[in-house]
Amino acid sequence: MAEPQASAIRTRGLNLWYGDFQALFDVDLDVAPKQVTSLIGPSGCGKSTLLRSINRINERIDSVRMEGEIRVLGHDVLAPEIEKAQLRKRVGMVFQRPNPLPLSIRDNVLFGWRIDHGGRPDKDEGEALLEESLRRVLLWDRVKDRLGQRATGLSLEEQQKLCIARLLPVQPQVLLMDEPCSALDPAATSAVEELIWELREQYTILLVTHNMAQARRASDDCVFMLMGKLVEKGPTGELFLTPQRQETADYIEGRYG
Amino acid sequence: MFERTVKDQRNQRTERLFRILFLLMSGVLIVPVFAVLGFLFYKGAPALSWAFLTTWPEDGMTAGGILPALFGTLWLVGVALLVSVPIGVAAAIYLSEYAKDNWMTRVINLAIINLAGVPSIVHALFGVGAFVLFFEFGTSILAASLTLAVMTLPVVIVSTREALQAVPQAFREASWSLGNTRWQTIRHVVLPNSGSGILTGIILEVSRTVGETVPVMFTGAAFFLPYLPTSVFDQTMAMSLHLFVVTTQVPGVPEQLPFGVALVLILMVLVLNSASILFRSRLRRRKKW
Repeated sequence: MAEPQASAIRTRGLNLWYGDFQALFDVDLDVAPKQVTSLIGPSGCGKSTLLRSINRINERIDSVRMEGEIRVLGHDVLAPEIEKAQLRKRVGMVFQRPNPLPLSIRDNVLFGWRIDHGGRPDKDEGEALLEESLRRVLLWDRVKDRLGQRATGLSLEEQQKLCIARLLPVQPQVLLMDEPCSALDPAATSAVEELIWELREQYTILLVTHNMAQARRASDDCVFMLMGKLVEKGPTGELFLTPQRQETADYIEGRYG
Repeated sequence: MFERTVKDQRNQRTERLFRILFLLMSGVLIVPVFAVLGFLFYKGAPALSWAFLTTWPEDGMTAGGILPALFGTLWLVGVALLVSVPIGVAAAIYLSEYAKDNWMTRVINLAIINLAGVPSIVHALFGVGAFVLFFEFGTSILAASLTLAVMTLPVVIVSTREALQAVPQAFREASWSLGNTRWQTIRHVVLPNSGSGILTGIILEVSRTVGETVPVMFTGAAFFLPYLPTSVFDQTMAMSLHLFVVTTQVPGVPEQLPFGVALVLILMVLVLNSASILFRSRLRRRKKW
């Protein structure tokens, strides 16, 4: 059942435990559609945990227990009738370290789509999707002559872009990014940031980052977390200029982190 | 300032001492391997010929070839593999990809470790009780192969599980995050990236199975048979048992005959092991994670 779509992602009273350890406390998160929302906070504050609970990839860990509500595109994704595979097609995820599969560039991009289409997907449709996805991440011109080569031979920047391109053929609407630039050098970082900024026209993006400058540069809204709690949220400019809470101010000034 | 002191000299002597000691110990390990191989070749090579592999024993097994034993061992190992590989690989997939870390998983793991530690004569007795008598397979290839399968199952499970767990978690996450189910992920990501590792384990299992004597002697292998087995319910001769027989049970066997049998047996194992090493190195070359 879909509700009117104010937030693309909305959590209410979200609590999460790893065994006895509580990692999230009553998190109320709102992510506006087709914007980049950055999630900042010191290591261990729960930002990755929060991100990974939205596509429920967290549940691969045996001891995870969740309470509360998570709505994605208006749907309650913790409901029993939700099919996790379907959820994850709509909610793509980009990881800290680029994780291309040990396949060719082509096979990587079409990996999810081919499996989704079972037996023998249409070849021309695949090639069209391949080009479209690679163009979307600004990689087409660089790799169009070596689509059959191993993706693991690309530079880290190209690999990370490829990992983003790989999500697109299964038509996600939300992209979760878990520190997507932390393995990249500064030039590659700014290239990927530009791409993220560009993708927001079409996708809702939730970006976990360690890098405050990145949050500032590359997000519309910003959420600050500390010790499993959501401390403050607001438009990025405001949050950085006039933080309402002392903890936020201390963190963005670099007093801890 | 940096001159050598008396203490340094003492340290250096100790250093050299241990170095030599460890070298000697690793020599102690290698020497028997080459001694055994060399000895077997020296004694057994004269017996080897194409005819040795393809003809029947003659003159009360004091002459002739080893055809029925060789053939029988291939049967035994083949049927054992047909049973143990599907079960072992499936069990390993469950343990590596599905099982949660709870008491039941721990019990299963404990069972695997213990099964691996059971002496082969105990497996042999179990085989007699379970397969020969209870299931009424009689002394047959089927009973012997099932016994071998039970015996080597832990090897398959453990080696397969290791191969599966060598696949980086990031690959699985990449697949899950594209909305692939667990089984799709196993089928399209985990298995293709662990195939050679699994195969290596299976080959090692084969090389272990080939030489097993006691379990097959109790459950399906015969001293001598004038015919080749035609179904899994027949008895068969086997290389390992044949070696035992011509060495200890038959008078007047020329010396090179048992050595020839032993040499063929060990060559089978060597060929299989080198195949497994080859697979592994190919796997390593392909892996560029």
